[in-house]
Amino acid sequence: MAEAKTAPRPLSPHLQIYRWSWTMAMSIFHRITGGALYVGIALLAVWLVALASGPDAFEAVQDFFGSPLGLLILFVYSWILIHHMLGGIRHLVWDFGYGMEATQRINMARFTLIGSVTLTIVLWAAAFLLG
Amino acid sequence: MVDNRYDTSRSMRTPLARAKGLGAAGHGVEHWWLHRMTAVSNIPLIIAFVFIVATLAGSNYAEAIAIVSHPLVAIILILAVLSVTNHMRLGMQLPIEDYIHQKGWLLAATIANNFYAAVIAVACLYAIVKVSLGRIV
Repeated sequence: MAEAKTAPRPLSPHLQIYRWSWTMAMSIFHRITGGALYVGIALLAVWLVALASGPDAFEAVQDFFGSPLGLLILFVYSWILIHHMLGGIRHLVWDFGYGMEATQRINMARFTLIGSVTLTIVLWAAAFLLG
Repeated sequence: MVDNRYDTSRSMRTPLARAKGLGAAGHGVEHWWLHRMTAVSNIPLIIAFVFIVATLAGSNYAEAIAIVSHPLVAIILILAVLSVTNHMRLGMQLPIEDYIHQKGWLLAATIANNFYAAVIAVACLYAIVKVSLGRIV
């Protein structure tokens, strides 16, 4: 009988084999941002429960969010939230069957990143100028 | 609906399975559909939420209570919590099923995902309701 061979079988290609494209990068980033929002929503729960717990708990949590670290977390969180929303709208457009052409796909993926950065900066600038 | 299969006499599926139309996963497009429904409802609710948070920034306890207990704000927050926690529960289930292949871990991650979403939802809703109820002024 022939011996069992351990010849290297062809494996299906994984991420590192592909040339990076905008659509691929934004697809991966959509999952990463979704995961970050998933974890980060706990901060909202903490803030609301602190508000329901009384003035002392609320002041402590509010002080943290007003600190440089807290503001940085809120800034990054708002960017991730806006990015995931724009990415989600892009997916909804695709769900309706529009924007499937190569240039449209790539431009929509580019806009997700450019749009999210722009909107986040505009939002925080407005908050600082008005508040 | 048009039956455009190549040869209708050679289907591998039973007539009952075809009639039910639930597919291999056993629950049809329910997951996909609710994920999209909550994605759509998230858009206006999150935009409103961002404005509410911007209003709350730097507020003291009394001001924060007054804002959150306002009926319109409380209703928007409750709707946002329901929409977001369901959307994130459905969304996290996808990478779990994509990347976790071992049955035990898959089950554990699925349970953890559902429990986490439920805890976040109940914590937020309880706090909003507690702050809101009984405050007319």
